[in-house]
Amino acid sequence: MIDQIMQTLFGRLTPQDFVHDPIMAGAGIAMVGALILAIAAVTFFKKWKWLWQNWITSLDPKKIGIMYIIVSIIMLLRGFGDALLLRAQQVVNDANGVEILSSDHFQQIFSAHGSIMIFFVAMGLVFGVFNLILPQQLGSRDVAFPFLNSVSFWLFFAGMIIINMPLVVGEFSNAGWLAYPPLSGLQYNPGTGVDYWIWSLQIAGIGSLLSGINFFVTILKMRAPGMGLMKMPIFAWSALGSTALIMFAFPILTVTLALLSLDRLIDTNFFTTTLGGSAMLYINLIWAWGHPEVYILVLPAFGIFSEVVATFSGKKLFGYTSMVLAIIAITILSFTVWLHHFFTMGAGADVNTFFGIMTMIIAIPTGVKVFNWIFTMYRGRVRFTTPMLWFMGFIVTFTIGGLTGVMMSVPAADFQFHNSLFLVAHFHNMIVGGVLFGVFAAFTYWFPKFTGFMLNERLGKMAFWSWLVGFILAFGPLYILGFMGAIRRMDHYDPSLGWQGLFIVAGVGILFMGLGVLFQLAQVAYSIWKRKEHAVGPDPWNARTLEWATATPPAEYVFATIPTVTTRDAFWQMKKDHKTNDRPEHYEDIWLPKNRSEGFIVGMAALVFGAAVVWHIWWLLIVSLLIVIVVLVVALTRDDTEKRIPAEEIAREELRRATV
Amino acid sequence: MRNSKKRVSWRVAQVVISSLVGLAIVGAFVWATQGRDMPVLNPKGIIADQQQVLILITVGLGVFVVVPVFILLFAIAFRYRVGNTKAKYDPELEGSKVLEAVWWGIPLIIILILAIITAISTHALDPYKKIESSTAPVKVQVVALQWKWLFIYPDQDIATVNYLTIPDNTPIELSITADAPMNSFWVPALAGQVYAMTGMSTKLSFMADAPGEYRGASANISGEGSADMSFMVRSVSKTDFSHWLYKSSYSPNMLSWDTYEKLAQPSRGDGEKTYVVTGKDLYNQIVMKYMDSGSSSQPHTNTQTDHTMNGMDMSGMGM
Ligand code: HEM
Ligand SMILES: [Cu+2]
Repeated sequence: MIDQIMQTLFGRLTPQDFVHDPIMAGAGIAMVGALILAIAAVTFFKKWKWLWQNWITSLDPKKIGIMYIIVSIIMLLRGFGDALLLRAQQVVNDANGVEILSSDHFQQIFSAHGSIMIFFVAMGLVFGVFNLILPQQLGSRDVAFPFLNSVSFWLFFAGMIIINMPLVVGEFSNAGWLAYPPLSGLQYNPGTGVDYWIWSLQIAGIGSLLSGINFFVTILKMRAPGMGLMKMPIFAWSALGSTALIMFAFPILTVTLALLSLDRLIDTNFFTTTLGGSAMLYINLIWAWGHPEVYILVLPAFGIFSEVVATFSGKKLFGYTSMVLAIIAITILSFTVWLHHFFTMGAGADVNTFFGIMTMIIAIPTGVKVFNWIFTMYRGRVRFTTPMLWFMGFIVTFTIGGLTGVMMSVPAADFQFHNSLFLVAHFHNMIVGGVLFGVFAAFTYWFPKFTGFMLNERLGKMAFWSWLVGFILAFGPLYILGFMGAIRRMDHYDPSLGWQGLFIVAGVGILFMGLGVLFQLAQVAYSIWKRKEHAVGPDPWNARTLEWATATPPAEYVFATIPTVTTRDAFWQMKKDHKTNDRPEHYEDIWLPKNRSEGFIVGMAALVFGAAVVWHIWWLLIVSLLIVIVVLVVALTRDDTEKRIPAEEIAREELRRATV
Repeated sequence: MRNSKKRVSWRVAQVVISSLVGLAIVGAFVWATQGRDMPVLNPKGIIADQQQVLILITVGLGVFVVVPVFILLFAIAFRYRVGNTKAKYDPELEGSKVLEAVWWGIPLIIILILAIITAISTHALDPYKKIESSTAPVKVQVVALQWKWLFIYPDQDIATVNYLTIPDNTPIELSITADAPMNSFWVPALAGQVYAMTGMSTKLSFMADAPGEYRGASANISGEGSADMSFMVRSVSKTDFSHWLYKSSYSPNMLSWDTYEKLAQPSRGDGEKTYVVTGKDLYNQIVMKYMDSGSSSQPHTNTQTDHTMNGMDMSGMGM
């Protein structure tokens, strides 16, 4: 009787589920402790109202972007800790019976590491940069659907909490970042782990899809007058490619996860190996999303580096049209290569040949971009600031990653690389050397735009060199280990193989990257502390695109009057025409979206919903789902959603900014 | 005056430090790599040999892009550094039709060459293709279990766990399945990998050049014990192989369906075992275990049907 009541109330959740081994418990306690500390601090400083009004309910993309970036940085630290543990295990390799992690725990950690790094670090950073930069660069005050933007962020946030919940209660998936069945099916994984994985990604993924649509429409519809598509900054082009990919790829993910979840909840057999189900179907579907996903991440990085190299060479981007064509080609080709992730499934030679060749074709536009970036420096005046160092590092690592990618795109050769540490080295080359370096460049480049002061260059350079050395040490050995036949994801290996040395080198590499992270944190802290000395005007780098035409930090309404664009590099042109200080005769009222709490509520309800499915608490599932639906309906039928900023106020504000 | 002196010594210090770091990195790599075996680059079988050549050709072609990229990157960055006021500055330079044509063209040509190589090699090294040889092939049926490998010699009625003894210079024809989550069968010194999946039979052939011991592993995670799934391939001379078969046929362990089911229970750290196979058609039963219901919904597009096998054949599957 009591059992039944408990089961109805708590599903499959029992007190036992809170018991963890020391490492996980430590991480869990640290996370919860930090949360409590943060709550205490906000309460102590009486900042709840400020937090609620200025951040949580804000629809301002500049605020939402910063929230994305803060969450992603915290997740980067978590993912980094995971990586340290994984390597520590492989360095020690159970020598003398010392086991740092059990096999099961090791597998949970690499599954968490991959999922977190892709979904909550790389994606989060990309959306953060989109929010901060895109509207302004297009000469727009806002995104197309401001409320949707807030919903997207809070869904992302909910997914982030769900993926971290296993630190406190239950366990995480042990099936890798893509959770292939049958391993991820009920038969081999009856616990909560895979469900956590599914619902974290599902909820965050829906957020990503909504965001993708939002920015796609923003780019197409919200550009300043005169900014034709071919006058758009290349970062906006790369975002257009990236968001187009999101719109087509993420629905596949949503459906795939839903089917896997049905297999697990009500015993359907889509992906089982009996009753006509097919695990191969899952593998096809997940990569039909997964391959575009890697380009969703890297295209924005391409865009960032295009802006950086042009600015710091004091010169136009070389081959703009080529660059646009390359982005379009990459976007389209991304959907035609997914099978290269499983050449080893045993499909016929014709099929493998086709997908192999399609894959190497992507290398052509990618190569073109590399040459255009390099030649942007040609006849320029290249300033080697920190963003430019990241650019140089990017070209080197990315080219090597491209080479190893092409090596694996030859199917018969890939049979020797697939699922080995060589593959792991390849994609870290692309994702760390490409996406992460790109975001780091973006961070340093656009930081003064939003704060009015620079990040300390010396610390930034030290961070760069630590990262670069760390990167070489951490991933170089993995290529060699791949040639030695070392597979990915192994928690121990035969010591007589002599692999330990390389794992040690790789481990030292992670420490160097950690040093880089410390330098970056120090850089931010030091620059904030000495912000007076680092203070700069609105155009500290002599930049080229419209986001630099606004005040620093930008006003809430960004542009007092929307600029008219006549050429590419619109801000550069304004400077040439000496028009940067032009003020209009009179200002007009500006309408901006009001704060909305519904985004936050929907996100929190989605969080509860996710937890309810994971633990099979059906009443809670129904309640939370109802909340989501009702709140959304209410939110979408409201009409007084905008506030007016009177022209006089704008005039006053602009005058104040001009005289400061 | 003093300032410039300081700057020069800072430059020198920078050069010294970076050379030391570079040396340390190279040293670390040499230290950790020296004397270790790299089976992918040091293959011992006819298939892995060709795969190695293929890898080297790809790298060779790639070098035509990678090296110019590195040279141009550093040369241009150095030449047009802001301090070098002698270099030409042309902020309006937008591009160059000729240059851009060059770097659309050169990668295109390289990829074209590589595409041809890919088409040929993918067919030549199709794992389903049998190796031509005057020596009669030895058939082996491979079953991935949690967490060990079962090898059945159907023509000899012998089975082994976690090791595979093969005659050298003899084509080994493998049929591979799983009674476990998906695994991937990989012996880098002999041939690249192929997945092992339930209800399906994939294929792979290889042939060892010489006697020796070659390590194999499962390249795909299949649960807690996946890292335990390494095994040894022992290539021996043909006479030694006959001896081994003879000796094995006196093994006290029998493999029937019942003993198989016990063996298939999840377990870790199993050593090597040898069985005499008494169960009939064991491999097909294992494949069919997953095919009993609803199998009709699966496409049967066998192009190279093995008559002893009813499981789903993956070859020619155009998904
Ligand atoms: C020149 C362009 C590229 C080529 C030719 C290429 C080729 C490949 C191939 C053939 C594989 C599958 C290898 C295997 O599983 O055996 C692969 C895996 C992968 N690539 Fe790339 N790639 C390229 C660019 C990128 C970029 C730009 C990214 C990310 C930003 C990326 C991320 C990945 C990831 C994450 C995986 C595998 C993940 C996994 O199996 O868990 N690649 N690549
Ligand atoms: Cu891919």
